[in-house]
Amino acid sequence: MSAVATAYEAVMGIECHVELKTETKMFCGCRNVFGAEPNTNVCPVCLGLPGALPVPNRLALELLVKAGLAFGAEVPAFSKFDRKNYFYPDMPKDYQISQYDMPLTLGGAVRYWLADGTQRSCRLTRIHLEEDTGKSTHAGSHDGRIAGSTHSLVDFNRAGVPLMECVSEPDIRTAAEAVAYLEALKRTFVALGVSDVKMEEGSLRCDVNLSLRPVGASEYGTKTEIKNMNSFNSVARAIESEIARQTAILEGGGRIVLETRGWDEHAGTTHSMRSKEQAHDYRYFPDPDLAPIEFDPGDVERLKRELGSLPYERLERMIGADKLRVEQAHQIVDAPGLYEYYAAAAGLSGKPQATVNFVLGDLSRLANETQTPVFSCGLVPEGLAEIVALTEDGTINSKTAKDLISRVWVEGGSPRAIVSAEGLGQVSDASAIDAIVAEVLAANAKTADDYRAGKTKVMGFLVGQVMKASRGKANPTLAEERLRAHLA
Amino acid sequence: MILDRTAADIAAAVRAREASAAEIAEAALSRAEERNVAIGAYLSVVADVARAHARKVDERIAAGESLPLAGVPLAVKDNMCLAGTRTTAGSKILANWIAPYTATAVQRLLDAGALPIGKANLDEFAMGSSCENSALGKTHNPWDLSRVPGGSSGGSTAAVASAMATIALGSDTGGSIREPAAFCGVVGFKPTYGRISRYGLIAFASSLDQIGPIAKTVEDAALVYDAMAGKDPCDATSVDRAVEATERSTRDNLRGLRIGIVKEFGLEALEPAVRAVYEAAYRDLERLGAELVEVSLPTADYGVATYYLIAPAECSSNLARYDGVRFGARVDRPSLTDMYLRTRGAGFGAEVKRRVMLGTYALSSGYYDAYYVRAQKARTLIAADFARAFEACDVIACPAAASPAFEFNAKADPVSMYLMDYYTIPMSLAGLPSLSVPCGYAEPPGGTQPLPLGLELSAPLFAERLLLGVAHAYERATGHARKRALPAIAASAVAS
Repeated sequence: MSAVATAYEAVMGIECHVELKTETKMFCGCRNVFGAEPNTNVCPVCLGLPGALPVPNRLALELLVKAGLAFGAEVPAFSKFDRKNYFYPDMPKDYQISQYDMPLTLGGAVRYWLADGTQRSCRLTRIHLEEDTGKSTHAGSHDGRIAGSTHSLVDFNRAGVPLMECVSEPDIRTAAEAVAYLEALKRTFVALGVSDVKMEEGSLRCDVNLSLRPVGASEYGTKTEIKNMNSFNSVARAIESEIARQTAILEGGGRIVLETRGWDEHAGTTHSMRSKEQAHDYRYFPDPDLAPIEFDPGDVERLKRELGSLPYERLERMIGADKLRVEQAHQIVDAPGLYEYYAAAAGLSGKPQATVNFVLGDLSRLANETQTPVFSCGLVPEGLAEIVALTEDGTINSKTAKDLISRVWVEGGSPRAIVSAEGLGQVSDASAIDAIVAEVLAANAKTADDYRAGKTKVMGFLVGQVMKASRGKANPTLAEERLRAHLA
Repeated sequence: MILDRTAADIAAAVRAREASAAEIAEAALSRAEERNVAIGAYLSVVADVARAHARKVDERIAAGESLPLAGVPLAVKDNMCLAGTRTTAGSKILANWIAPYTATAVQRLLDAGALPIGKANLDEFAMGSSCENSALGKTHNPWDLSRVPGGSSGGSTAAVASAMATIALGSDTGGSIREPAAFCGVVGFKPTYGRISRYGLIAFASSLDQIGPIAKTVEDAALVYDAMAGKDPCDATSVDRAVEATERSTRDNLRGLRIGIVKEFGLEALEPAVRAVYEAAYRDLERLGAELVEVSLPTADYGVATYYLIAPAECSSNLARYDGVRFGARVDRPSLTDMYLRTRGAGFGAEVKRRVMLGTYALSSGYYDAYYVRAQKARTLIAADFARAFEACDVIACPAAASPAFEFNAKADPVSMYLMDYYTIPMSLAGLPSLSVPCGYAEPPGGTQPLPLGLELSAPLFAERLLLGVAHAYERATGHARKRALPAIAASAVAS
C-alpha cells in the first residue's frame, strides 16, 4: 500500500481595474492625464468640496459599453450609479461613486490563446464603471510604506478618473492562463482606444481570487484574494507562489483562511493584509445626485458598429486559418497598423507564413531603423506580395529579396518590375553557374585544396565568392551543389 | 425708505436710474448693522462683495442692460457657496471654510443684478425647524424676539421679514423654506425638485434638497424664481425643461379652478385661533371663485416617518466628507481613526450626529431592505396619492404649520420638532412645487401678540406658473402681509 499525494488544481477569477482613456475625468471637466504636478488637475467636484455635484462623462460610459460589447456582453437598458461608503483619506467624499447591482454590462467572454496554440475562454461576470481615488504617498519611512511613516501626502489628480472594473468568472486554472487572459484584455482595450493599460502607471490594476481543489472535484475551496501586482510577470509569480503556499497548507492537513494577501515583489511571496471578517459594510445605495443611465438599442447598435475588427477575430484568422504561430500572431496584432498590412499582403500572396516572416523580420527592422511605420513606407502590401511570390518561385534569392525590400522601402515601385528591368532574377542555370564556379576555383586554388583535404568549412567562403562573382544573382543552393561536384 | 419696497419696485427704480445699486447697498449694509444685533439673521455680512457687485450693477445699468433684480438686496442662506465668503452651513466643522466657487442659483441672481448683503443663519446643515440647531448663532423671530424664526432657512426669512434683505435664498428639504416663511410672515416658495440647480448648495439630502426664493410678495418670489430656474450643466438632476416665466402669471381671481382640501389634514386638532385663520383662508379662496373639493392623501400620514429614513440615509453619506482631511475643522490626533472620530465628534452638533447615526443604521447590511427600501416604496405611494388627488383638483391648500412661531427651547424632544414639518414633508417627498403665503395672524396660548401664519399651496410637478398665479390672486385679495407692522422692528427702528 502506498500513499498517493492528492493532486490539486487552482481555480482563479480575476478582477481588473482599468483607467479609461478620456480627455476629462468621470464626473467633472478636469483633465485625465498621468504624471502632472500633484493636485493640479483638481476642481471642487473631484475634491469633494461642499456643494459640488457629479455630472457623468458620457464618453466614459460609451467606452465601457464598447469594451463589454467587444466581449459579447449584454448591455441592460437601465443601469445606475451607487455610492460605496467608507472612510479613506485619498477618497475625497469618503464615498466612491460605483455601481452595485446594475452594472453597465453583464456577461460576455474573453477568448484567448496559450503559447502552444490552444484556445481558452474565460467568462465575464460584469463590467462596471466607478471613479478612481486619489493617491497616497507615505513619507518618513525608509521604504515608502505606511508603517513607520511620519506623514502622508495625497495627490488628487487621479481622483475621479473613470475606472472600469472587469470581473471574471472563476474560469482560470494556471498562471499562464491568467497572463494570457490579461494580455487579451489589454490587447482589446488598447485596440478599442478604451485605455492605455499601463500597469506601471497604474492604469491597469488586478486582483486574483485563488483557491485550490482536488483535481476532479466540483466544489470550490476557500479562496484568498491577491493584490499589489505591478506587472503581468508579477501576476504569474504571485499566482505560482500562492498556489505553492496553499498546496503546502493543504498537504500538511491545514485549512486555508479567507483573506486578502499582498504580493511582495522583492520577497517573492504573499503576506496577509486583512481577513474577510474585517470586511467593511459599504452601505451601498443609489446615488441621488445621478439619474439612472439609459442606453437605447440604437446607441448600442451604433457602438457595436464602431468596434471594427477586434483582436480576437484577427487572431482567429491568423492562428486558425493561416496556421501562424501564436507568438507571431500576437506580435502582428499588438503592433499598430501591422495587421492590416499583413492581411493585405498575405491575401495577395496566399503565403501567410512567408508574409509574416518578412513583416516581423525585414519590415519591422526597417521600421525600427527608419522610425517609419510599416504601413507608410514605400513598400506597399502589393509589393511585399510580389517579393513573396518571387522568392517562393525561386526567381530571386533571399539576398536579393532583402536588398529589394530596403530599396523599395525608400523608393517605392514594383519589385517585380525592378527585377525584370534590371535582370535581378537569380541564375539557376547549371551551365552558367558552372562557368562561374570554374572561375572561382581557379582564383582560389589554395582554398579548393583545403576543402579537398577535409576542411569542409571553407564551403561557405566559396559559395560567397560565387555569389559575389554573380553579383548576388546565383542561386546559392545550386552554387553549393555545383561547387561540391567540381571539388569531388 | 427704498429698502421697505418690493424687489420689483427697487429693480424698476434702479433701471430708471432713480436710485443706484451703490446707495442701496450702503443702505442695506447699515440697516444690517443696525438690526442684525437684535435679530441675528446673518452669520456674516459681506460688505465688500455687496459693494463690488453694486458697482458692477451700476455699470451694467449705465451700459443699458435691463436687469430684473437690479440693486435688490439679497440674503443667501449660509449653506450656499458664494466665492470668497465664509460658507458654514451653520456648523462648527465649516466655521472657517471660505467657498472657492459660487453656487449656480446664487450666480444667476448676481447676474440678474441682485446684491448679496449677508450669509443667513440656518439649522446646522439645514437639519431643523427653528434655527436652534445652528452652532454659530441665534436668530430671533422679528415678530417676537422670544420666539424662533422657524427653520432651517430661519435666517433668510428673518432677514426678509426685518427688511434687512428684500429677497432671500432658502433651501427646502422637508419644509425648510415654507415653515420659517410662515413663522416670519413672508412668502417662501419651494419649486419642483430639479427646477433649480443644487450645484453649490451644501447637501443635506440630495433627493429632496431644493433651493427656492423667500420674498415679501408672490410677485417678488416669481421674479427670483424666473432668474434662477432652468437646467444647469453642473447638476445632473436639474431638469432640462422649458421654464415658463412666472412673473406675468399673476391673476386676480380663481374662477374655474378647483382647490383641493386634504381630508387627512383636518383642522380640528389645531388651536381655535389658528383654526379660525385657516377656515377663513379657505373661504377666501372660494370667494375668489375657486371651487373647493375634498381630496384624500391616505399615505401622507407616513410622510414624517418616511422622510426620517430617506433624509438621514442620504445625509449620512453626504456628510462623510467632513473628516478633517482636506478642509474644515480638524482635531489632530496621532492615528487616522482617532482624528476622524475627534474631528467629527467636535465638529458636528447633536442633531447632525443623530441623523448621521439614524441614516447609517438605515443603510446597514441587514437593515437596508427593511428601512431604506421600504421608505423609498412609501415615497412612491405618497407621490401616487398626490397624482390621484391632482386628477380632482388643480392646487392643494393646507396649513404650512400647525401653529405660529414657538418659543426658544419649546421643542426639546426631537420628534416634536420633526412633527413641525408634518404638512410640508409629503410635498417634498413627491417633489412638488409648494409655497407658503401669509394668511393671517393668531395669538398663541401664552403669547403677547398675534403672530403670522402661512397658507401652504401645492401644485402638480412643474406647475409653478399656476401655483404662483393662485398665490398672487390670494395675496392680492387678502393682503395679510400688509395688515400689520412688525412690533420688534418698529421698536428697533424707533431706537435708531
